[in-house]
Amino acid sequence: MTSKTKTKAGTKAKTSQSLSKDEYIRMYTQMVRIRSFEDNANQLYLSAKMPGLTHMYSGEEAVAVGICEALKDSDRITSTHRGHGHCVAKGANYNEMFCELLGKKEGYCRGKGGSMHIADQSHGNLGANAIVGGSMGMATGSALRSKLLKKDDVTVCFFGDGATAQGLLYEVMNMAALWHLPVIYACENNGYSEYTKTEEIAAGSITARAEAFGIEAFQVDGQDVLAVNELSRKLVERCRNNEGPFFIELLTYRYHGHHVGDINREYYRSKQEEADWKENRDPIIRFRGWLVEQGHATEEEIEAMNKEIKEEAKKAVAYAEAAPYPDTSEVDMHVYAETDPATLRVGG
Amino acid sequence: MREITLSQAVNEAIAEEMRRDPTTFILGEDVAEAGTPFKVLSGLVEEFGTERVIDTPISEPGFLGIAVGAAMTGARPIVDLMFGDFLYLVMDQLCNQAAKQQYMSGGKLSVPMVVRTNLGATRRSGAQHSQSLHALVAHIPGLKIAMPSSAYEAKGLMKTAIRDNNPVVIFEDKLMYQDKAPVPEEEYLIPFGEANIKRKGTDITLIGTSSMVQVAEAAAKILEAEGISAEVIDPRTIVPLDEETLLKSVRKTSRAIVIDEGHQSYGITGEIASRLNEKAFYHLDAPVLRMGAMDVPIPFSPVLEDLTVPTPEGVAENARRLCAGEMIHAA
Repeated sequence: MTSKTKTKAGTKAKTSQSLSKDEYIRMYTQMVRIRSFEDNANQLYLSAKMPGLTHMYSGEEAVAVGICEALKDSDRITSTHRGHGHCVAKGANYNEMFCELLGKKEGYCRGKGGSMHIADQSHGNLGANAIVGGSMGMATGSALRSKLLKKDDVTVCFFGDGATAQGLLYEVMNMAALWHLPVIYACENNGYSEYTKTEEIAAGSITARAEAFGIEAFQVDGQDVLAVNELSRKLVERCRNNEGPFFIELLTYRYHGHHVGDINREYYRSKQEEADWKENRDPIIRFRGWLVEQGHATEEEIEAMNKEIKEEAKKAVAYAEAAPYPDTSEVDMHVYAETDPATLRVGG
Repeated sequence: MREITLSQAVNEAIAEEMRRDPTTFILGEDVAEAGTPFKVLSGLVEEFGTERVIDTPISEPGFLGIAVGAAMTGARPIVDLMFGDFLYLVMDQLCNQAAKQQYMSGGKLSVPMVVRTNLGATRRSGAQHSQSLHALVAHIPGLKIAMPSSAYEAKGLMKTAIRDNNPVVIFEDKLMYQDKAPVPEEEYLIPFGEANIKRKGTDITLIGTSSMVQVAEAAAKILEAEGISAEVIDPRTIVPLDEETLLKSVRKTSRAIVIDEGHQSYGITGEIASRLNEKAFYHLDAPVLRMGAMDVPIPFSPVLEDLTVPTPEGVAENARRLCAGEMIHAA
């Protein structure tokens, strides 16, 4: 029996349970921290200081922040190749993130992961994943573990619209629904599956696919952090009450190309379309306007916050640039996890 | 000592470990009331309930991925992959996800998970239910690979696999489930990376994996009657591999045949032979021979299928020729 509730896109959320001023400010600064991280990551790429390439989250900040601000530290997330935003939103620090981006020893993964595997594991981030849709099983398994071990944590599985074409999603949603697992499938629909319009790769409705398994599915304006957060809080709470799983389609937009090297993209989307999203629907500008309008912050206070974050990012970049690379002896470290020899003995 | 079947040995190992560690659970197709098609897990659901012995839909990548996530967050799943042939279905989850988490996270995430599956031809099951695909996963850094050769090994290796903090794939030979062997009543574990010298010998070393250990032992008996003394070694785990024990034996006997049921080309036999050549070259009196499954899909017809796997007679024949010096300039 499909139960379906959809929140209409584009409406500003009327928060049923108002948050504190500090919580609103934190949502704002977290979004700005993501944008600022990405601006610097892009510069590092353009100036050839960053090895490899990276996929920018700019434009999608309200999705990661709206959801992660509804989570506790003990809740888990799985992330994607476009994962810097999730990483910041789940509580990561700039220094370790920039170090990872540059392959330095102090990076969250000691330089072994890079942009596509970046994660602050200590805050419940189970890793960014370079296989599109690759972490859907992992997220569902984390939720199964929560249920089996009688914990109350919830897992959010972030993935893009492109990943809805992977069969794994349907296998694990089926099991999550059968076993009532506390997992939220968060589909960041930014309109493009790499260089192809989503409508060309996705037949029918994306939410209907979840509904086919009896999973309640929602569509929300992913550029409206309050709407995302309000819905997420409700669903996280319901997951804790054993009412999961849930599915959210978040309508959003990526400002950059599929990756930083995807510069000339007029063959698949127009500059006018990009300008429209940036000028009229930017999640940070919209939320900033609301904060001022509601009296939570003045323009001056906001400017001061922005400046402080920019400074913090600048310092972190300089820190990472100066930081040491891992010793070459680390190349064959961490292939296997240690097992305490005592546990491998009789009676251990 | 009492004798039990390989199937009972696996069952006992899992039951003991599930009693020991409440975070251990099983998931897979028809593992609960059915106890798997081979009945290896019969009785476990009665003791541990459907919460810890979980029947899944026929979704191998899905439930293997679920096991990875459960393992990464504090549980110890045992995944039942009904046939080794289904490894192809789970390659991304096993090789891209499970195998690499520890490394990609700089040592912060681990995946303590067991995948128990099987290998072995001559069961008349055709090309998609008869393969021995351990070489596929042995190639991937981050996975450990165990290959029990009897009920004794099956129990001891399974217990170690469950306690190990890494993803371990255990291949049971599906033709050996009813084979009995002495298994102590008392608890024991078999460490990974420790080969077992099954039979001492001086003229030639026969290295066998899984049921090929029995083939090697049978060949050794044939050879013994002819005055050739064969040493038989079971590596027990191919990742990690106890290279030292193999090298020590080959340095003594100067000849070796590696016998394994995976396809011969690009397989385990080639890997082990190559290591022996690299590290014991000046001790060898003859090239190290490889004996794997024929490089053909496994055929159905018994007269064809039986030709595809190494036999005691075939091993003995090759050993005879090696010892007679016939194959020194075989090329």
